[in-house]
Amino acid sequence: MLVAENITKKFSGVVALENVCLEIEAGKVTALIGENGAGKSTLMKILSGVYPDYEGSILFRGQVVNFANPREAQRAGIAIIHQELNLVPYLSITENIFLGREIITAWGTLNQKEMRRRTQLLLHKLNLDVNPDTLVGELKVGQQQVVEIAKALLDESEVIIMDEPTSAISDSEVEVLFGIIQGLKRENKAIVYVSHKLDELFRIADRFVVLRDGRCIESGSMQEVCQERLIQKMVGREINISRKKTKNNQGKALLSVENICLKHPVRKDQSLLKNISFTLHQGEILGLFGLMGAGRTELLETIFGLHPKLATGQLIISQQPVTLKSPAEAIKAGLALVPEDRKKDGLVLGLDVQTNICLTTLPDLEDAGILNNRKEFSLSEKYIRDLKIKTSSEKQTAGNLSGGNQQKIVLAKWLATKPRILLLDEPTRGIDINAKSEIYKLIQELADAGLGIIVVSSELPEILSVSDRILVMAEGRLTAEFAMEEATEDGILKAAIPNTI
Amino acid sequence: MSPKVFVKEEKAQVQPPTLKAPAFSGSYSRYLVKFQSLIALFILCLIISLLSDKFLTVANGWNVMRQISVNICISVGMTLVVLTAGIDLSVGSVLALCGAITAGLLKFGIELPSQDLFIGFTLLGVVLAGLLTGTLLGTFNGWTITRFKVPPFVATLAVLTIARGLTMLYTKGFPISGLGADFAYIGTGWLLGIPVPVWISGIIVGLAVFLTNKTRLGRYIYAIGGNESAARLSGINISKVKTTVYAIAGGLAAIGGIIVTSRLDSAQPNAGISYELDAIAAVVIGGTSLSGGRGSILGTVQGAIIIGVLNNGLVLLNVSPFWQQVVKGMVILLAVIIDKANSKSE
Repeated sequence: MLVAENITKKFSGVVALENVCLEIEAGKVTALIGENGAGKSTLMKILSGVYPDYEGSILFRGQVVNFANPREAQRAGIAIIHQELNLVPYLSITENIFLGREIITAWGTLNQKEMRRRTQLLLHKLNLDVNPDTLVGELKVGQQQVVEIAKALLDESEVIIMDEPTSAISDSEVEVLFGIIQGLKRENKAIVYVSHKLDELFRIADRFVVLRDGRCIESGSMQEVCQERLIQKMVGREINISRKKTKNNQGKALLSVENICLKHPVRKDQSLLKNISFTLHQGEILGLFGLMGAGRTELLETIFGLHPKLATGQLIISQQPVTLKSPAEAIKAGLALVPEDRKKDGLVLGLDVQTNICLTTLPDLEDAGILNNRKEFSLSEKYIRDLKIKTSSEKQTAGNLSGGNQQKIVLAKWLATKPRILLLDEPTRGIDINAKSEIYKLIQELADAGLGIIVVSSELPEILSVSDRILVMAEGRLTAEFAMEEATEDGILKAAIPNTI
Repeated sequence: MSPKVFVKEEKAQVQPPTLKAPAFSGSYSRYLVKFQSLIALFILCLIISLLSDKFLTVANGWNVMRQISVNICISVGMTLVVLTAGIDLSVGSVLALCGAITAGLLKFGIELPSQDLFIGFTLLGVVLAGLLTGTLLGTFNGWTITRFKVPPFVATLAVLTIARGLTMLYTKGFPISGLGADFAYIGTGWLLGIPVPVWISGIIVGLAVFLTNKTRLGRYIYAIGGNESAARLSGINISKVKTTVYAIAGGLAAIGGIIVTSRLDSAQPNAGISYELDAIAAVVIGGTSLSGGRGSILGTVQGAIIIGVLNNGLVLLNVSPFWQQVVKGMVILLAVIIDKANSKSE
């Protein structure tokens, strides 16, 4: 049905996919497996026309195709259902399904009757028993997903790609989805199923393809493989990780987290964090690993006082119980958070380097209520020097710097607050190798200086090389703790995959 | 530093790290961009002075300055609000209410016949009362915006209507006139050869420039407008800063109201209608981004002067008031289009 041959894709010199071959058969579910950053989503984006330039060729129904955009791929019969659903909540099911391809009457008006009729047929086929006029925003997430599938079927799609389709839906909705997938198989559709949840794959998939570091590692029949082998194939890399020596002299407890729970902001009956407790010591680098949606970011945000209304639990900092209701209080208590998305939450991109670095410590840079430019300059100059921030001047606009240098500015502005506890959320995401190793070195130096550091990462090699101790999260729970000596990639990943422990 | 490096300055990561800012960037185009509104103003003055010999006179100069002083007061507050990515539509009505309260208290005081009580006000007293009214209304704006997350456009639109209604209630729809020579000094007097309203607006501009460049609050205003989420994570109390900014805008509208009332020797119930639009126009022409985080007080002052000179010139040239509005609108559009083109080329 769909064959990809020797696909190679580079992003500004970095290889994301290397000679990947993939064959998708009609009437079968092909599972695509790999850890974060293995290249799954890049491959999906190439197949669905998001990335039109790549090396290699794609054959669809025996013909070479090269889609210029997702719309073209969709017309040819390849539909993708993204993890984040692309529906307009204020429009009805019918309106969403026909969005951009409305049926028009001879008068040039919308043929609502016909669109409604065809929607009804589709919904009936997918066993979704709701009125086609219902607003999509009123549907459950699982039902919205069915609407997305209906959208794909309207195009007579032959290949349907599902990216983590069960990440947001309940168990009973999963059953409904699997029923639909079985139906699609009988209609001889080809389905590509991307998921972390191995137990699901064993139920629904016929074939599997394992990607690792942008390469196709193994493929075969799902029946002839076991879970252990798949996990091993996903992680089994030969790269030498420069493991650091574990410290023996453990410091005093710096931060204790007791029974932290966090409610979902919209669906109040659900929890994003469930009874999380752990301790961070002085001079310790605590790695926190989890797959997408495990609640890593939410945990750091909760500790930093960003969710005072939704969170419960107790924080103890240096033997003192504290309640942090805002970032300002957290900063005062000696915490600092380097957020995951530096462009969205870390930096004011339109302001210059100096202003960004000084933003957290302005009260210290004043004389009688007036900002002292000399103090601001010397502070920013110190960090530009210490962290080797490459910028033409301290007056350079932050948005003009490279990702690695921007990340260093975010680090600088938090180091300026002289924190005792540093929370780093994906500190090396999207930055080049050089800047990465500089940041690892910096983290190490800060820990040696006595700071307690929590590093959240979705990259196993990073977690393994930087941490003294590793916690693993899955679905809002802490599922495992490893001392450095006993940590293995297999073990960590096993604990991070939901429902398999 | 070669001109080539300057053009590609955003690719700073390829440059060797240098800590000293280049003293001179070596290109005229940057200065052209930086002083574009001043240049536009100069050209505008040149054209008008060629067409009318009444324009370039000292008397007319002070006349223009006095006319724009009220708009400058309001525009300065508006700039601060817009820098936080907000907007304040209520300033025109707040101006009217504060003017009315100032005039009413000066003329009638507060009479409570049931308590057999009369409170009279000194000149300083009424001015403070007017300022307090404006600041309170601004604080109310900030409170609804930060506490209930009402979009600034809607929150201040509501206060626009409320304050106008309160003005009508207080004045019963009639002007309050005959306020005395002492009060008239605020709007019509001269001090050291300069009109008093020009002094007032000049001092306000000075304080606002100081606020935006030299204080923590000013820095926080830019940070919130540039990236509210990053500002919150940096421990900045967003609600406090925003409320303060709206309170300042309200207070400055009150000052405008006092000047207007004093100049006319009368508080008009329909004073200040559409003043918020003139203020927004000054802010926009001055290069402040309506999405926040970028802009300056001095830019707004230039914008206000451009609008003032344009108004004055069109009157001197006997252009009909209807055409004046058309021209003003085109200038606003042109200013924003040029600004957009510049920020894209950067």
